[in-house]
Amino acid sequence: MKKALLAIILCLSVILSSCAQDASEDLAETTSSARVSDELDSSLTDVMTLDKSALSDYDYTRLKDENITLNVCNWGEYMAVEQEDYMDVNEEFEKLTGIKVNYKTFASNEELYSKIKSGGANYDVIIPSDYMISRMIEEDMLEEIDFDNIPNFEWISDDLVNPDYDPENLYSVPYTMGIVAIVYNTTMVDDEITGYKDLWNSRYSGQILMFNNPRDAFGIALTYLGYSQNTEDKDELDEAAQLLKEQKKYVQAYVMDEIFDKMEGGSAAIAPYYAGDIQTMIDDNPDLDYCIPEEGTNRFVDAFCIPKGAENKEAAEMYINFMNEVQIAYTNTDYICYTTVHDGVAALLDEETLNNELRCPDETYLSEKTEVFVNLSSDTNAYVQELWNQIKIEKSKSVWLVPTLLILAIAFTIFINVRRARKKKQDIF
Amino acid sequence: MKSKLIALPYIIWMCVFTIIPLGLVVFFALTTENNEFTLSNLTAMNDYMDVLFRSVGFAVIATIICLVVGFPVALFISRMPKIKQSTMLMIVLLPMWINFLLRTYAWMTILEENGLINRFLGLFGIGPLNLMNNSGAVILGMVYNYLPFMILPIYSVMTKINESVVEAAQDLGCSSVNVLRKITIPLSMPGITTGIISVFVPSVSTFIISRMLGGGTNDLIGDIIESQFLGNSYNPHLGSAMALVLIVLVLLIMSIFNQTSGEEAIV
Amino acid sequence: MTKNRFLSKLFLYIVLLFLYIPIFVLIVFSFNESKSRANFTGFSLKWYSKLLHNEAILTSLLNTVIIALAAALLATVLGTAAAIGINNMKKVSKTVVMNITYIPVVNPEIIMGVSLMLLFKGMQGIINFQFGFVTLILSHIAFDVPYVIYNVLPKLRQMNPSLVEAARDLGCNERQAFFKVVIPEIMPGVFSGFLMSLTYSIDDFVISYFTSGSSVETLPITIYSMTRRKVSPEINAVSTIIFLAIIAVLIIKNYLENRSLRKSRDESLAVKNA
Repeated sequence: MKKALLAIILCLSVILSSCAQDASEDLAETTSSARVSDELDSSLTDVMTLDKSALSDYDYTRLKDENITLNVCNWGEYMAVEQEDYMDVNEEFEKLTGIKVNYKTFASNEELYSKIKSGGANYDVIIPSDYMISRMIEEDMLEEIDFDNIPNFEWISDDLVNPDYDPENLYSVPYTMGIVAIVYNTTMVDDEITGYKDLWNSRYSGQILMFNNPRDAFGIALTYLGYSQNTEDKDELDEAAQLLKEQKKYVQAYVMDEIFDKMEGGSAAIAPYYAGDIQTMIDDNPDLDYCIPEEGTNRFVDAFCIPKGAENKEAAEMYINFMNEVQIAYTNTDYICYTTVHDGVAALLDEETLNNELRCPDETYLSEKTEVFVNLSSDTNAYVQELWNQIKIEKSKSVWLVPTLLILAIAFTIFINVRRARKKKQDIF
Repeated sequence: MKSKLIALPYIIWMCVFTIIPLGLVVFFALTTENNEFTLSNLTAMNDYMDVLFRSVGFAVIATIICLVVGFPVALFISRMPKIKQSTMLMIVLLPMWINFLLRTYAWMTILEENGLINRFLGLFGIGPLNLMNNSGAVILGMVYNYLPFMILPIYSVMTKINESVVEAAQDLGCSSVNVLRKITIPLSMPGITTGIISVFVPSVSTFIISRMLGGGTNDLIGDIIESQFLGNSYNPHLGSAMALVLIVLVLLIMSIFNQTSGEEAIV
Repeated sequence: MTKNRFLSKLFLYIVLLFLYIPIFVLIVFSFNESKSRANFTGFSLKWYSKLLHNEAILTSLLNTVIIALAAALLATVLGTAAAIGINNMKKVSKTVVMNITYIPVVNPEIIMGVSLMLLFKGMQGIINFQFGFVTLILSHIAFDVPYVIYNVLPKLRQMNPSLVEAARDLGCNERQAFFKVVIPEIMPGVFSGFLMSLTYSIDDFVISYFTSGSSVETLPITIYSMTRRKVSPEINAVSTIIFLAIIAVLIIKNYLENRSLRKSRDESLAVKNA
C-alpha cells in the first residue's frame, strides 16, 4: 500500500516536473503556462467547432439588442474566415454576441492609412503593423482602448506589453508577429537560396515577385545594402531606390495578396513575403521552400487598434477580447501560421510548430539579425513615397514609345494644318 | 409650361456635383496640406511625365488597333441584310454587358504563366512564355474592353449613309477601294471620331487593366492617381495635380478631334 | 467578290472569337471541380452552391440593385425636369448648361470618382455623415443624369409645339396639358434614359470604388476585392450567372420587339386588306 502510494507520488512528480520543464522551455512566463496546463483541454485545439464552455468569464451578450454592425478591416488571408476545415471566427462572434461583423481586408499598411485618411472609411477595428501604429498615434488617428473591456489582454506575452510603438500601451493589443522571409519554388530554382541577394539574380529574370508597398521593399533593399531599415539618410535611401530600380527589370510583378496564387500556381520562382503566409503557401504546394535571409530581415508585430471616431467602441473591444480567447486565438494561429503573441496559444503548440523556423524563428537570429520598423519622420516618409512612385513608373523596356508618339503627334498636326491650308485655298478659288 | 424654373433643381445639382468637385481638384492641386497656395504639386508633375507619356502611348496604340479592327467589323455588319444586322450587332455588343473587371480577369486566366495558352503551347514543348505583366498584355486588355466602343458609333453612322450614293459611285465606275476611300470613310468620320474618343479616354485613365494585367510593373497615370488617394502613397494634393493634368490632356485631345470631325462634316 | 465576302466573314468570325473566348473560358472553369484555372479536373457545381452561401456576394448584389434603382429613378426625375427646362431656355444659357452636362460624360471616370470623393470629404467637415449608401447614390445620380437628359431632349424637340397649344385650346389647364400631352410624348425617351442609367449604375466600378467608403460594397467592388485575394472560382460562377441573365434579358427583349413589330405589321396589313 505504501509502496503503491509512493509509486503514484513519484509518477505524479515526474509528470509534473516534466510538464513544468516543457513549459519553462517553451515559455518565459511560468504563471500563465501553469494556468494553461490546468485548463489544457483537447477542445481548445479544436479548430472546427467552438467550445463555448471554454470561453473566459465575460459578458458577450450585453450588446445583443443594440443592432450593431462592427466594421473590421484586416490584412488579406489573416484570420480564419470563410475557410474549409476551420470555423469562421467572425461567424462565431456574431452568433455569440448578436453583433454583425462587416469584414474587409487591406493589402498594405499604407493602403489602410490612405483609406482612413481619405475620409471614406469608418472602421471600428483595424490591424496595422508596428510602425504604422506609431504613425497613427502621432497623427492622432487612434482611440484609446479601455482595457477593462479586454480582460484577455493578460494572455499577451509580457515581451509585447508596452512596446516601442505604443510605449504606454494605450492604443493597441498585439495580434501576431512574424518576420519577412523568402519563398521559392524548388522546381524552378537550382541554386541554393540564401538571402536577399538572390532577388537580384538575373537568372530568375521575369520570375521574381516583389512587395508592392514602399516600406517592405525599401526594407529589403536597405538590409541588402547593410544599412538600417529605419535610416533617414537620403543618400542611403537613394542608393536603395537605385537598387530597386535595377531589380525592376527582373521583376515579374509587384504583388501583395496576389502572391498566393502566383507562388502556389508556379507562376513565379522566388519572392520575399511574410513568414506565416509563406508557411501557408508551402502547405498548399509542397514544391515551395523557404529561406530565412542571411543578411537579416524585418520583424513585425501587428496589433488590433480602434481608429478615432469609431462608432462602436465597446463592441470593438469585445471583438478584440473575443479574438484573444484561447481557442479562437489558437484557431487563427493555426490557420495563418504566424508567430503567436498569446501565451495560452503558445502553450498549446505542438513540437513540430515550435521547431518550424517560419512560425517560431530562432531567438538569436531574432535578436541579432532582425530589425523592427519604426515610424520615420514625415519628411522621410514623403521622400520614400516619392522614390517609390519613381520606381513604380520607371519605364522598363519601351524606350521607343515617347519618340514614336512625338513623331505621330507632329505628323498629325502637320496633316491637319496642311489640310486646312489647302481647304482655305480651295475656298478662295 | 414655358417655365425654365423646372430646370432649377438640376442647375443646383450641376453646380454641386459637377462644378464644385472639379473646382476642388483644382484647389487641391494648387495647395499644400496646410491650405497654402503652392505650385510645387504641378512642378512635381515633371517627374511623372514619363508615366503620362506611357499612358498616352498605350492608349494611342490601343485606339489605333481598335480602329483598324473595329472599322471593318462595323463595315461588314452594316452591309449585311437588315434582319441579320441587329442580331450580329447584339452578338458583338453582348460582351460589353459583362462587367469589365470580369472580362479583364478572364484574360488573366488565359495569359498567366500556367494559363491556357501556355498549357497549350506546352503540349508542343514551347514556353512557358511571359504573356502577362508586360505592356502588350495591358494594351490587349484595353483593346478587348473598349473595342465595342469603337464598333458601335461607326456602325450607327454607316447605316445612315444613303445607299444610293454608293450605288451611284459604283455605276460611275468607281472601284470598291475608291468607294471606301472617297465615300464610306469620309461619311463615317463623325462615327470614327466618336469611336476614337470613347476608346482613348477610358484607356488613358484606366487603373484596373494595368493593375490586373500589368502586374504593377506597367503602372499608368491612373494607377499613380489612385495610389495618391486610396493606395500606397497618400497625397491627395499631388494626386489632384495629376488629375488636373489628365483633364487638360483629355480636353486637348477632344478639341483636336472635334475640329477634324467638324472639317469632315463640311466635305 | 465572293472571295472578298469570304475573307470579310472570316475576319468577322475571328473578331467574334476574340471577344468570346475569354468569356467561354470563364464559364467552362466555373464548372471545374478543383480550384485550378487551367486544368479541368471534373464537372462540379460546387462553386455555385458556395456562391449561394457567400453572404458578401449576396449582400453586395442586393446593394447594387438598390443603389442602381434608386439612382436611376432619381436621375430620371431630375433629368426629365432638367430637359424640359433646358428646352425652354434661350440659346446662350442652353449652350452653357448643355456643355456642363457634357462634362460627366466625357470626363475620365477616375477623375469623376476622385473629385466626388474630395467633395464628400469636404462635406464631412460641414455635416456629419459616413460614406455609404448616400454617397453612392448621389455619385451614381451624378453620372446618370446626363444620359437621361440626352435621351429626353430629342423627344422634346421632335414634339410638335402645337400639340400643347391644342390641348390648352381644348380646355386643359397647364398642369393637365403637361401630364396628358407632354409626358406621354416624351415617355419613350424618359424610359430609355432610365434603362441606360440603370445599366450604367449596375456596371459602374471606378466611381463607386472612390465613393463607397468601407461599409457598403456593390457587386463590382466585391468582385474587385475577390480578384485581389486568393482567387476562387466563385468569381467564374458569378460571371456565368450574370452572362446568362443578360442573354435571357436580351432574348426576351428581342422577342417582345419582334412580336410588337409583327403585330403592327399584321395590323397594317389588315388595314390595307380592309
